[in-house]
Amino acid sequence: MKTFKTLIAVAVTALAASAAQADVKIGVSISLTGPGSGLGIPMQNQFKLFPSTIAGEKVQLIILDDATDPGKGAANARRFVTEDKVDMIIGSSITAVAAAMTDIASEAGTVQLAGSPVGVPAGKDKWLFRLPQSNTVMGHAVVEHMKEQGVKTIGFLGYTDAYGEQWLKEITPLLDKAGIKIIATERFARTDTSVTPQALKITASNPDAVLIVASGSGAAMPHMAMVERGFKGKIYQTHAAATQDLMRVGGKSVEGAFVVSGPAVIAEQLPDKHPSKPVAIDFVQKYEKAYGPNSRNQFAGHAYDAQVVLEKILPVALKKAKPGTPEFRAALRDTMETMGRTVFSHGVMNWTPADHWGYTLETGVMLKVVDGKFKVE
Amino acid sequence: MDSTIASILLLDGLTNGAVYALLGLATVLVFTVTRIIFIPQGEFVAYGALTLAIFQTGKVPGTVWLLLLLASVAAVMELFSRWQHHRSLPIALKAALKTLAAPVAVSLLAIWAAPQQWPLLAQAAMSVAIVTVYGPLVYRVAYQSLESATPLVLLIVSVGVHFALTGLGLLFFGAEGFRNPSFWDDRFNLGPVAISGQTIIIGLTAIALIVLLWLYFERTLRGKALRATAVNRTGARLMGISTHASGQLTLTMAAFIGALSGLLIGPTTTVFYDSGFLIGLKGFVAAVAAGLSSYPGALIAAAFVGVIEAFGSFWASAFKEVIVFTLILPVLLVRSIYGHNADEEH
Repeated sequence: MKTFKTLIAVAVTALAASAAQADVKIGVSISLTGPGSGLGIPMQNQFKLFPSTIAGEKVQLIILDDATDPGKGAANARRFVTEDKVDMIIGSSITAVAAAMTDIASEAGTVQLAGSPVGVPAGKDKWLFRLPQSNTVMGHAVVEHMKEQGVKTIGFLGYTDAYGEQWLKEITPLLDKAGIKIIATERFARTDTSVTPQALKITASNPDAVLIVASGSGAAMPHMAMVERGFKGKIYQTHAAATQDLMRVGGKSVEGAFVVSGPAVIAEQLPDKHPSKPVAIDFVQKYEKAYGPNSRNQFAGHAYDAQVVLEKILPVALKKAKPGTPEFRAALRDTMETMGRTVFSHGVMNWTPADHWGYTLETGVMLKVVDGKFKVE
Repeated sequence: MDSTIASILLLDGLTNGAVYALLGLATVLVFTVTRIIFIPQGEFVAYGALTLAIFQTGKVPGTVWLLLLLASVAAVMELFSRWQHHRSLPIALKAALKTLAAPVAVSLLAIWAAPQQWPLLAQAAMSVAIVTVYGPLVYRVAYQSLESATPLVLLIVSVGVHFALTGLGLLFFGAEGFRNPSFWDDRFNLGPVAISGQTIIIGLTAIALIVLLWLYFERTLRGKALRATAVNRTGARLMGISTHASGQLTLTMAAFIGALSGLLIGPTTTVFYDSGFLIGLKGFVAAVAAGLSSYPGALIAAAFVGVIEAFGSFWASAFKEVIVFTLILPVLLVRSIYGHNADEEH
């Protein structure tokens, strides 16, 4: 009987040991359906190319769809921390959904690596890191370019959602500092049948330039409406519009548009001295090999950068603790804060305890649409 | 605001209003005949526009595969219910084949035609045909067995059908939008206002369709049968009018109107897989303003919704939808005070 008990004890210890050496589990919650699916699906595509082992440790991705629904996102996050006991959460691709997951992740002491620029009150982002550039970083590039071009007044034409609102909020102080005035602020929704009235109003106030804040193919309609109303000034687009869809839908009308972008989508055109060039080219080549020419996408780039982060921090964190433990999760967080200058496909990242956004102001690249293609300005 | 801006806004509003009018008419039509509040009306708009967009790329639209799937399900349901009824295999098989015939013919034609890059108008006709045959199938699969249920149950089914069609739309067309080429590129300057050919097409099509509908209901036996069903279902059945056939015919017409509306707005805006819902909802607002019973009422209300939307976007673009949908409140209030609640008898 005694030997039997010893046997059980040995077996249990062995099991426990193997459990402690379990795979690194990462919960990914992204929007694969609903209005945000245009951003989530490319991320999922990139995650399909994820390596199965990093630093000699098996990495298991659990990908769930949050349907662009904050409630569903929160439920996914809850499932990750209670049932799956993940070591890190990635997501969501949509700001509103990612914001709903933040509290749950920080309660459980799990790093949330958001695929969207989530703004939370100061001090609440202890466990939250962002992969995309903040709108301020991108807005910086836009405002600098406007200054160079001698723009004095602009019209704002943006989505009536969080994306439009955040841009307006973050770019207003930058514009003030540069002495540029917003003389018209108009809103529209992606599924509107017409933006003619808004375009009319902006054209009537005759600004030097218009900033259109919209994403993907939704950015083309307001642009076309402005051109149709005979607007002769410069038209700026944000980084969410930096996809081929802008030209596919907009055609001739979007010629000459200025589009701010992260470096990843224009990998080949980056100047040789740009630190992201080799990484961005690696991302683009692998992604387009799998999904066809010109399929590159800003959000797929963010998913690629998530892999860059893990390749850097996992070897360090694995020395401190075993996956599946709270110590390991804390180690991941600490390593991210101290990992220092890391080259992403989307720029140079340098997270610090005080700054969980991390990109430097030089990240945004201004592109111009010439003959239906993006050219670096 | 000067008269130039006002006239441009008015034109923009009336153009959108014409499309809302068509959808409003379809909503009224479906409700009066079947008592279904047909929320998926807008999905036919998106399907019509996007099917044409996929034809433009030379591929077979996903709607064709769904059509075949839906037709098979409908055929099996038909086979089963006829078998239960008559216990005769030939009758049941014949009914099932009848259900399958049109969808399969249209699908095969579409699969054959897709890579051949037909001219725009032929592809447009193809798209309308595909979406139109959805009508009777949707009725057969989702509504027919619940025909005598309360309007509330039918409304809940409608919500389900709406979500199913939107989700499938995402699957077939992807998350990004498409813009169709214009059917008529010319522009005409009328004083300060430039009218595009597409605007004229929208206006003329809307008017033509309304006249055709009127003729259909006034002058044809089938149209009169539908009106009879709308007035009194039991009475119509006693007169030998099949409620199944009426329902399927009504939804065929609704799908046709939806697909046509999709082709009309396709060149003027970017259509997404989920664009239809909001467009349909505005048609619905117009239909409700007309008490879900009056065609001319829906027409006027739709033009009104379009114009309010245009002026609302100009003055307070952030509150545009709020303005449009708040409109329905005073209308409902007036209707419930002065109305006679005649609908409740069903």
